[in-house]
Amino acid sequence: MSVAFPFTAIVGQDEMKLALLAAAVDPGIGGVMVFGDRGTGKSTAVRALAALLPPMKVVEGCRYGCDPAANEDLCTECRSKLQDGLRLRARQVTVPVVDLPLGATEDRVVGALDLERALAHGEKAYEPGLLARANRGFLYIDEVNLLEDHLVDLLLDVAASGENVVEREGLSVRHPARFVLVGSGNPEEGELRPQLLDRFGLSVEVRTPEELGTRVEVIRRRDAFERDPSAFVKRWQADEAHQRQRILAARRRLARLEPDDDILELAARLCMALGTDGLRGELTLIRAARALACLEGARRIKAEHLRRMAPAALRHRLRRNPLDESGSSVRVERALTELFGS
Amino acid sequence: MNASTAPPGLWADACAVAALLAVDPRGLQGVVVRARPGPVRECWLELLDEAFGPSLPRRRVPAGVTQDRLLGGLDLPATLVAGRPVLQRGLLNEAHGGLLLLAMAERASRSAIAQVCAALDFGEVILERDGLTDRHPARSTVIALDEGLDNDERVAPALAERLAFLVDLDALSVRDLDALGPDPAAIEAARCRLPAVTCAADQLELLCAMAIRLGIDSLRMPGFALCTARAAAALAGRLEVADADLGLALRLVFGPRASVLEAPAPEQAPPPQPEAEADAPAEGECETQQPLEDRVLEAIEAALPAGLLDALREGSLKARSRRSGGRGEGGQASMVRGRPAGVRTGRPERGARLDLVSTLRAAAPWQPLRRPAGSQRVYVQPEDCRIMRFRQRSPTTSIFVVDASGSAALHRLAEAKGAVEMLLAECYVRRDQVALIAFRGRGAELLLPPTRSLVRARRCLSALPGGGGTPLASGLDAARELALALARRGGRPLLVVLTDGKPNVARDGGPGRERAAADALASARTLRAAGFDGLLVDTAPRPQAFSIELATAMGVTALPLPTSGAVGLSRVVGALAG
Repeated sequence: MSVAFPFTAIVGQDEMKLALLAAAVDPGIGGVMVFGDRGTGKSTAVRALAALLPPMKVVEGCRYGCDPAANEDLCTECRSKLQDGLRLRARQVTVPVVDLPLGATEDRVVGALDLERALAHGEKAYEPGLLARANRGFLYIDEVNLLEDHLVDLLLDVAASGENVVEREGLSVRHPARFVLVGSGNPEEGELRPQLLDRFGLSVEVRTPEELGTRVEVIRRRDAFERDPSAFVKRWQADEAHQRQRILAARRRLARLEPDDDILELAARLCMALGTDGLRGELTLIRAARALACLEGARRIKAEHLRRMAPAALRHRLRRNPLDESGSSVRVERALTELFGS
Repeated sequence: MNASTAPPGLWADACAVAALLAVDPRGLQGVVVRARPGPVRECWLELLDEAFGPSLPRRRVPAGVTQDRLLGGLDLPATLVAGRPVLQRGLLNEAHGGLLLLAMAERASRSAIAQVCAALDFGEVILERDGLTDRHPARSTVIALDEGLDNDERVAPALAERLAFLVDLDALSVRDLDALGPDPAAIEAARCRLPAVTCAADQLELLCAMAIRLGIDSLRMPGFALCTARAAAALAGRLEVADADLGLALRLVFGPRASVLEAPAPEQAPPPQPEAEADAPAEGECETQQPLEDRVLEAIEAALPAGLLDALREGSLKARSRRSGGRGEGGQASMVRGRPAGVRTGRPERGARLDLVSTLRAAAPWQPLRRPAGSQRVYVQPEDCRIMRFRQRSPTTSIFVVDASGSAALHRLAEAKGAVEMLLAECYVRRDQVALIAFRGRGAELLLPPTRSLVRARRCLSALPGGGGTPLASGLDAARELALALARRGGRPLLVVLTDGKPNVARDGGPGRERAAADALASARTLRAAGFDGLLVDTAPRPQAFSIELATAMGVTALPLPTSGAVGLSRVVGALAG
C-alpha cells in the first residue's frame, strides 16, 4: 500500500482529529462517525490514524489477534492453550485498521468455510473474515450510508456484543471481535438509519474550510505529498512521534482518572436539557471528556473538557425532529451556552 | 444542430483536455465527457487514444457491469478444475496504467460508482469477496461518458468530483472539428518535464481564491487546477507556471463547475450579454483590481455557455448540484430487483438467481462422501443450491387529501396542518414518499407531487390557504388519479383524507349540498373499488355522521380528530403503512 498522509499534517478539521484521537485513547467510546462534504479529507484522516497508532502485542499465531496480557476476550484456541498451562507468546504488530470495502460479501466480513480445504480435502475449516482481522483495532467503512442493509445489521450486532458468532455452512464458531467502528459518509448520498447512528460513540461533521489561507495550505501540503510522498512523510516524522507519545501517555493515565461528582452531574444536566434518549449519551460524553483530559495531561476532568466533547458525543442522539430546521449541532450548542454560560 | 451554435474554442479546449490528461494522468485522474454517442465523441476518443499512445490498456465498462467483473473475483471454471480458488482480475485492475471508459456513466449503479471512486482514491482495488482477499493496482485515467439528455441524468457527483475535467461536446458538430490531434512527441517531452515544473505561491493562492469566488467548495478542485496549470506549462515547454497556464486551468477545471459568480460591480449594466461579458469587466475593473485575477476571470467567463451567467448571478444554479438521493432507491430498484439481502437455500427456479459460490461452499464438505474413488468432479446436489435473495421494498406514498375549505379553516385547519406535519415526520422516518392534495373553492389541486423532501412538504403545507367551498368529490377524484398512477408504477399508495365532512360543491363545480354529498359518496366508492388503504380524519368539532358514511363508502377507517389528537393519528397511519 502506498504511504499514508501524516495525521499531524492534516490542516484544520480539529473536531474530527480530536474525535479520532479520543477513540484511539479509549476504544470504549464506541466508534466515530464522520459526516461531511466531499473532498474534506475524511478518509485521509482515518487512514492517517492507522499509521500514527503505536504498535500492540498479540498472541503469536493467533488468527484473531488476541491480547497476551488479557484473561478475558480470548478466542477459544488461546483459552484452551491457557487452560493447558501453556504460555502465550507475544508478538508486536501494528494496530489493524481494516477497510470494509463497498461490495464486500457477507462471507468475507464474518468469515466462512475455507473453500480450498473443503474442496481439496473435504475438511470443514473456518476461515476468519474481516471482523476477525479488525479485532482490537479499527474497522473503517467509507460511505457507510451506501452499505447494504444486511451487512449493516450484521456489523451492528457484532459491534454491540464484541463477539462474532458464525453459524453457517455447518460451521459453528465464535470469536472475539472488539473493534472501533469508524464510518464516514456524505449526507447528500442518503441518510443513515438512526439505529446505526446511535451505535457510534462520537459523531463529527466536517466542512470545507472557508478561509483562504487554510485552503491554500491544504492544497500546498497535499501537492507536496503527491509529488514526493516519502520526503513529505519524513518531514512530519517528529510531529507524528510526538503525537504517538501523547496517545500512549493518555492511555496510561486513563485508568486512574475518575470523574468527579460535579462533572457527572453536569453531564446529566446537559443530557436532560437536550432530551437525549437513553444513558448511552451520558456515558459516552463522560468517557470522551476523560479521553480528552488524558490527552491533554489534565489531573481531573474539567467542565471545559465536557463542553468540548459534548457536540460530538450528543449531536446524533437528539430525538429527531425532522421538521426542526435548525440542525442538531445548533441545538447542542444552544444547550451548552445555557448551561455553561457563553 | 447548427455549427454556429458551438462557442469558439470548445473543440480546442477538448483537445487540450486530452493532451493534459496524457501529460499528468495521475494528478488529473480523468474527465467526464458529456456527449451523445456520435462522430464527435468518437473523434475525441480517438484523439485521446493518440495522446495516450497505443500501448496502454484500454477497458470499456458497460453500464450494467457486475461487481465481480469490476473488482475481480473467483474464477469459477478455473477454480473447479484446479480444486483451489483461482482469482479472476477485474476491469479496474485490467485498466491499470491506461484508460477506463465508463459507458453510459449516468446510468451506472451506485455501487459501481463507489468502486471506481475507491480505485481513484487509493490507486488499487482491495478485494474482499468470495473467500478471497487480495489487492491489485488499479490506477487508471477514468473517462466517464455521460449520455444523459437533461440535467436530471448526470454522472454521480461523487465521481464527477474526483475527475479534473468536465467536457461538454454536445454543442459541437463534425464541422467544428478543426484542431489537430496532439503530438505524441510533445506529450512525451512534457511528461519528462512535469516533475520539474514549479508554481509560485501567489499563483496557488490565486487558484484557491478563485475557487471561493466561483462558489466551488470542494478542495479537490484547486488541486486539480494546480495540476492542470503545471501540465499546461510542461506542454508549452515552460518550467514555471505562467498566467496563460493558470487561465487555461481555471477555464477547464472551474469553468464548468462554477456555481456562483461574484455580484457584478454596481456601475455595470445588470443583464449583460454573454458576448459582451468577456470584455466588459476587464475594461471596467482593470485599474482597481489585480490584473492577474481579472484576466483569469475573463478566461472563465468566455468559457461559460450563453445564458448560464445570468442564471449564475441569480444563484438559481445552486439547485442543480443539490439533486441527490432520490434516484437511488426508486429508479434502480427494478433493474436489480431490490437490494441483495443475503443468500438462502432454494432452487434456482422461477427466475431466482443461483449463488454459485455459496452453492459450492455448501457442497464442499460432502465431496469426500459423494465422490467415487479416483474422480475429480465436484458433486453438487439439489439441496446444496443457494439462491440470492433480494429485498424489494415497494415504496409507500402517503397521499394527504386536505380539506382547505372555509368551513374547515374556520374550525381547525391549523390543527389539521399540525396533524399532517406529524404524519409527514413519521413518513420521513419510514422513508416513505408524501404527496399533498388540497381542495377548496371549485376544485382540487395537487400541491405537492410525491416527494421525499420533507422541507418542501412543510413549506407547501404552511403556505396552504384556507377558504371557499368544499369540493370533496373533486378532492377524492384527484387522490384516486394520483393513487392509480402510483400503483401502476409499483408503489403502494396510502390515502389520508382530512375533512370536516360538509361537502357543498359538486364535481362539476356547481353548488348544492345534496348533489355535492352524492358526488362525494360516488367518488369514495370508486376509491373502495380500486382497493386503496387509507384513513379518513374527521376534523369537525363534533363527529359528523356523513364522515362515517363516507369512510364506509371508501372502505377505510374514520377517525375523529378531537379524540385522537395528532399523536394518535400518526400512530394509526404508521400502523397502516407498516
